[in-house]
Amino acid sequence: MSTFVLLTITGFGLGAMYFLIASGLSLIYGLMGVLNFAHGAFLTVGAYGMWFTEDHLGGVAVLPRFLIGALAGLAVGAVFAAVVELVLIRPLYRRHIDQVLVTVGLALSTVALVIAVWGNDARVVAAPSWLGDTTGVLGARIPNDRWIEIAAAVAVLVGLNAFLRRTRYGLIIRAGVENRAMVTALGIDVRRAFTLVFAIGGVAAAVAGVLSNVYFGTIDPQRGTSLLIFAFIVVVIGGLGSLRGTAIAAVVVGLVQQYANYYASSGLGDLSVVLLLGLVLLARPRGLSGSFA
Amino acid sequence: MSLLAVSDLHVHLGESHVLQGIDFDVSEGGVTALLGRNGVGKTTTLRALLGLVTSRGTIALDGSEISHVPTHKIVRRGVGYVPEDRDVFAGLTVEENLRLAERDGDPQYDLVYDLFPELKQRGRQPAGTLSGGQQQMVAIARALLNRNRVLFVDEPTKGLAPLLVTEVARVLERVSELTTVLLVEQNLGVVQRLARDAIVLDTGRVVHIGPAKELLADRPMVHRMLGVGAAAA
Repeated sequence: MSTFVLLTITGFGLGAMYFLIASGLSLIYGLMGVLNFAHGAFLTVGAYGMWFTEDHLGGVAVLPRFLIGALAGLAVGAVFAAVVELVLIRPLYRRHIDQVLVTVGLALSTVALVIAVWGNDARVVAAPSWLGDTTGVLGARIPNDRWIEIAAAVAVLVGLNAFLRRTRYGLIIRAGVENRAMVTALGIDVRRAFTLVFAIGGVAAAVAGVLSNVYFGTIDPQRGTSLLIFAFIVVVIGGLGSLRGTAIAAVVVGLVQQYANYYASSGLGDLSVVLLLGLVLLARPRGLSGSFA
Repeated sequence: MSLLAVSDLHVHLGESHVLQGIDFDVSEGGVTALLGRNGVGKTTTLRALLGLVTSRGTIALDGSEISHVPTHKIVRRGVGYVPEDRDVFAGLTVEENLRLAERDGDPQYDLVYDLFPELKQRGRQPAGTLSGGQQQMVAIARALLNRNRVLFVDEPTKGLAPLLVTEVARVLERVSELTTVLLVEQNLGVVQRLARDAIVLDTGRVVHIGPAKELLADRPMVHRMLGVGAAAA
């Protein structure tokens, strides 16, 4: 029983991480039709932004260092994503092949740049010791950082929903997902919403980057790329452009991965996720939910 | 001076040269009807005026060139648009559709709810669940929320039941007392009731400009240019 509880809660933690990356990816595709292969770079940049800031706050106590580093990581992720939209994506709207080429190129060059500046070796990230401890639940010892990951994902989901439902920009984004041209024909500069969506996606990815630093205890240049693969699987299973579908798919993928790794064979988790993707696409080609909700 | 002056306007859509250098003016006040058979470029003309399709030529609104101005800025100069297929946001409620259309701090909800009291009752209903006629009300209401210099209305009676056609015509008649309307319409009864001037397009060119009543009174000309006989609204 305690093993099952452990696998379930850590599966939710993993799913939370996937959701944080996939939510921005889904939002960006839903509004702009941009398949952003550089989304993993947002995560990497945010994670390195955190590590870099922490590294330069040597004399500061761990908790404030961690919090300042995390905030800096989020800010760097948001600014980087907004600049990418303004400089690289905006000139290429409606040129989908060019978008793919540019975002793939950016993903590769970001990794290369990080390796060139900070090397290929993993860097240790400082985190409060409480995050490395465990909490007992029904006999299972749950690593504390998993609670933070789950809480962060829930906060992002609730925050994004509130943003989409209760703000004018949220209204513009929901309308833009349906009919971008008509939003423009109402006198609205939809490009601002595009930049904002990229920045939001960048923040969410950077949150995942910061939390992945805690999860793994280190940061390396390939982090964004490796997690992005699962984020794409989550987005496709959930239905491109659907936030709710993305949240459900992220949890399902996280759980399947954990259960398969333990109950089947270690290493089968990744394969089982790909099988799940195939099954969902056979049964529901547009994913669990094909519309933005 | 004309409110809207269009000169040598060309539009290519793919391989097709849809508008082949059209010229026309729209004077201030009342309704100017843009007529023609299916596929002659009426909707494309409105979309080109709004900057929704790439065009070449000159478009002046109130004497200012707008042909290279982005769509949202053209609209903010006082252009309202009611598209051919209504294009309401199906996933948004009626209230949200209207709220999205607010351009300034003084939206004319009194006017909108006076013309369409039903929309007030259906405020929380998703627009996608409305009937065609109700969706048309939302589409027109969105354009009327703001004080416009000119309103582009594209086939507002298309697909509506006869009773609703009359209702839409009544609304447009009242709207035309408040602002200039450039109307694309296939129902000649509605045109007869509303339009002061008529512009006729054929295969991407303007083939007739003149008073609407004169055109509609000339049945052979109507048949030749529009391929239909006049009908009552």
